[in-house]
Amino acid sequence: MSDLRKSLVLHGGVLVLLFGLQFVLPAYHHGVVARVMVMASYAIGYNVLFGYTGLLSLGHAMFFAAGMYGMGLTVGVLGTAPALAFGVVAGALLAAVVGALALRTAGVAFMIVTLMFAQAGYLTILYFGTYTRGDEGFVIPQAQRVLGAVDLSDPANRYFAALALFALCLMVSLRLVHTSFGRVLIAIRENEERARMLGYNVFARKWAAVVISGTLSAAAGAFYGLLFGYAGASFAGVQYSIFPLLWVLLGGAGTVLGPLVGTLFMFYLIDLSSGVTSAYMLIAGVALVLLTLFAQQGLMGEVRARVWRWLP
Amino acid sequence: MTDRMTSTPTRRGAIKTLGAGAAAASLPLWARYAQAQTSAPVKVGFQVHSTGIGAAYGRWYDRTTQAAVAKINAEGGINGRMLEIVAEDDGTDPKRGAEVLEKFANQHGCDVGFGTLFSHVVIGSAPRAGELKLPYFVVSEGHHVASGMLNRYTLQPGITDVKSQVQAMAPYVAKTLGKKVTMIFPDFAFGHDHRDYFTAAMDAQGGEVLAQIAIPPTETSFTKYFPKIPRDTEVLYHVMVGPAVLTFVKELGEFFGPSRPEIFGFIDSLEAVDIASPGLEFLEGTYFWEGNPRYAQADQTEYDKAYRAAVGVDDNGASVSDPKDISTYAHMFGCWETLHVIKAGMEAAGYAGPGDRAALIEAVEAMTEMPHSFEHPQGAKVFNGKTHQVFGHQYISRVEAGRLNVVHKTSIKDTLYSDEVDYTTQSF
Repeated sequence: MSDLRKSLVLHGGVLVLLFGLQFVLPAYHHGVVARVMVMASYAIGYNVLFGYTGLLSLGHAMFFAAGMYGMGLTVGVLGTAPALAFGVVAGALLAAVVGALALRTAGVAFMIVTLMFAQAGYLTILYFGTYTRGDEGFVIPQAQRVLGAVDLSDPANRYFAALALFALCLMVSLRLVHTSFGRVLIAIRENEERARMLGYNVFARKWAAVVISGTLSAAAGAFYGLLFGYAGASFAGVQYSIFPLLWVLLGGAGTVLGPLVGTLFMFYLIDLSSGVTSAYMLIAGVALVLLTLFAQQGLMGEVRARVWRWLP
Repeated sequence: MTDRMTSTPTRRGAIKTLGAGAAAASLPLWARYAQAQTSAPVKVGFQVHSTGIGAAYGRWYDRTTQAAVAKINAEGGINGRMLEIVAEDDGTDPKRGAEVLEKFANQHGCDVGFGTLFSHVVIGSAPRAGELKLPYFVVSEGHHVASGMLNRYTLQPGITDVKSQVQAMAPYVAKTLGKKVTMIFPDFAFGHDHRDYFTAAMDAQGGEVLAQIAIPPTETSFTKYFPKIPRDTEVLYHVMVGPAVLTFVKELGEFFGPSRPEIFGFIDSLEAVDIASPGLEFLEGTYFWEGNPRYAQADQTEYDKAYRAAVGVDDNGASVSDPKDISTYAHMFGCWETLHVIKAGMEAAGYAGPGDRAALIEAVEAMTEMPHSFEHPQGAKVFNGKTHQVFGHQYISRVEAGRLNVVHKTSIKDTLYSDEVDYTTQSF
């Protein structure tokens, strides 16, 4: 079996597994997996930039929030589907502008500039509190969470919608790494100067990576607001820029399945340890330290290094 | 000769007899099951801010909740069933808050959710409460419930909201302190609520807000904002929150020196902070809103005395075990009172299990008068079933010799405003 075929079987199998899980999962875990799929889509977006292009952003919450607010602020006027599209486009446009400016820097400066842009975005949400309700955020009424005839507040529909988003993001990510464009991104990650010397327009490709990454992140934000009925400024805060970095590092940067594994692992690590002790963040911290020490490439990265070397 | 009544056994009759016999034989098992059903504890999911920005409040909300549960259980529980708290940390985060509610409803099998303070966590969680059909009793003081933003499953029967608190301050401020006010507030939703409601309320009192100075939430020094305060300001209204409040007060003192306008603030700024802390000397002689007076007053009621003792708070508003551990006394009574409302609602509804959740909400919606009592130690209240919001007295205290002395208690009427929603028209 070729590596491509193995990859398609594995990733297709994961999607089939996620589809089947909804019929057997208890109610609580059913809801958890739906939410994890949305957040994993956000992490997939982050992984395109960090895992495959080697650009560490500390400001991705602005793209997630752009999708969430782009959808949330317009859903009452435009209707559900156009508002969803508006959220995604808002994130894409923001990513295009921020990418064009932030990519004038590199390394630590890129991290700081993206962080500053995100902070400016967060403060903008607070400043226009009349419309955004600032830090409190606002509820997206159930009547506006109906796509066609599908009520997205229904648990089964929500799961399907989350799965559809995740499947789309996973396929985009998988397709990306098998295209020449994706291979150039990896070349940039490995040695930017060599890629430039070979004649590639490095800036244009990095900019495109920022736009793709921001668009996927915005789609996750728009879906989160729609599926869970809330848009709030906390999702634009710095911790929501750190989360996808953590999830991707844990799951395996530069692996297609890493974002899902990392998001799922992190959620259950906190959820289960909080049932054992009130110092659950300590347990989470120790687990992260251990993973950093003994699985430096993340969980799926280790799988690739030790078992499935063909893993994209 | 006598006629003997005879009957021929039928198959249906035989099955009935066997069924009855089997039921009778297993009666002790039945009884045990029925007993287990009725004596199972009422589970209250407590969404507590143990970590994150709300941790100081969360600690005291937790202590108050545990004290109220101990009292309710000592008095026989609810409908003969003990009350059990299932606490989950929400990290003061709306996403985690929604997850915690799912955990309560789908994993722990809680009867109700309860206890959330920070508005963004309430607003982020409430849609899930409605979808999970989990009665969600918040202790937030936000106007989000009465504004109509939320849903029929979300109620706030144990603490008044910011709109009623703020508007009730205006008559005293206008009549006693001055009519020309400058407001300093944090530039986010909490501050905007104060800005909007107080400005309107002062207008209604014939007063005037001369300037509204919004402070960005990331600000750490405030000196540059003070020159914006108009010179003819008679009252400075402040509602800063967070760790920067100590710097704010210190710099305010340096700016004004001995000649200052009257100063009125919301104790939210200084909840869990000792008024006698170094750097807060400038607050001497200034006024504060208090939801419940932190210091035991000369006319302390037996209700406050019992409540204070049960929670473990001394006459200065600090923990009886650590005088430096200052309580969030102006807000935490809401947990105590809300749990008593849940108890009263469940008893009125004959609550037996999650199937009676709608009946519980209807029973609470039917409540009106809540007299000053051991169950409501902060004061009498009036519940509005349509807006799911309670209304009650507010206190204004003056800092005198490093302690807060109550100088005014508002009427409940001062806190009322027109209904903005009728949740009872929403279906379950």
